[in-house]
Amino acid sequence: MKKDIFKIAGIKLKSRLIVGTGKYKNFLETAKAVNASGADMVTVAVRRVNILDKKKPLLTDYLNPKKIILLPNTAGCFNSKEALRTLRLAREMGGWKLVKLEVLGDKKTLYPNMIETVKSTKTLVKEGFKVMVYCTDDPILARKLEDCGASAIMPLASPIGSGLGIQNKVNISIIIKQSKVPVIVDAGIGTASDATIAMELGCDGVLINSAIANSKNPQLMAKAFKDAVASGRNSYLAGRMKKNYFAKASSPTFGLI
Amino acid sequence: MAKIQLNGKKISIRPNLSIYDLLKKYKLTNKKIAIEYNGTIIPKSRFKKRYLKDKDIIEIVNFIGGG
Repeated sequence: MKKDIFKIAGIKLKSRLIVGTGKYKNFLETAKAVNASGADMVTVAVRRVNILDKKKPLLTDYLNPKKIILLPNTAGCFNSKEALRTLRLAREMGGWKLVKLEVLGDKKTLYPNMIETVKSTKTLVKEGFKVMVYCTDDPILARKLEDCGASAIMPLASPIGSGLGIQNKVNISIIIKQSKVPVIVDAGIGTASDATIAMELGCDGVLINSAIANSKNPQLMAKAFKDAVASGRNSYLAGRMKKNYFAKASSPTFGLI
Repeated sequence: MAKIQLNGKKISIRPNLSIYDLLKKYKLTNKKIAIEYNGTIIPKSRFKKRYLKDKDIIEIVNFIGGG
């Protein structure tokens, strides 16, 4: 069998699971969950340094950027200007060109503002960024992002942090079929089996944060997702059996006594 | 003394303080951070050359946990 290689913007990844680093109790718990997940890419947010507490540890003290790919994200940005400012600062921090764009449109649903998202994607691509883009599960908009030069399409399964799983499998499937860049389901995955479903549909990867961080045992849930993603991928590659309306016996009828 | 705004807080600094000196004060010289100086990103190579003056607005950012 051909080796199953996963690449985003030319960067080879061992794991098809990308994890977020938000919502954990502390950095130690974050690091433990990340290690257990087997992910080689994690999303991070850009925020002000706490200048009042000089001894406060930084996330990068726990997650070594030399060993793990940090993917700067624009979570919390509600317009193109804020998102661009955030990612330009992130690039300055350590030469990060591969970034995740997320321009939100509504505080209650955290649905992306796709007009601002498309606009920001165009600008970032022009500035040399490799942009992975959080988006709605609309196939037309997903194609638009790809046409604008997005490095990965990241449709939501359901609202961020909702844990509702994939609400529109048909749309996700259409996006997978039409896209030439990786499709990574981002947001809304609730539990390990949701990730397996995403992978079985043919997604190139999944991004998980809340489902791991909000579980009672994040380290164990991270491991569950690692296995779920790998299983879903294998299942997709193997190809599922055909569905039948009627039963087909598993044992031969020949030689019945 | 010069009064600047650092990460949203007003602070007083001694005159002729460079961005590098400011980072040293907060033990951030070896950390993964980025600086915005009056709305413009300042590359690391210029930290020692850029001196702070009254009413400057500085943002020091880093990576934190996020989804």
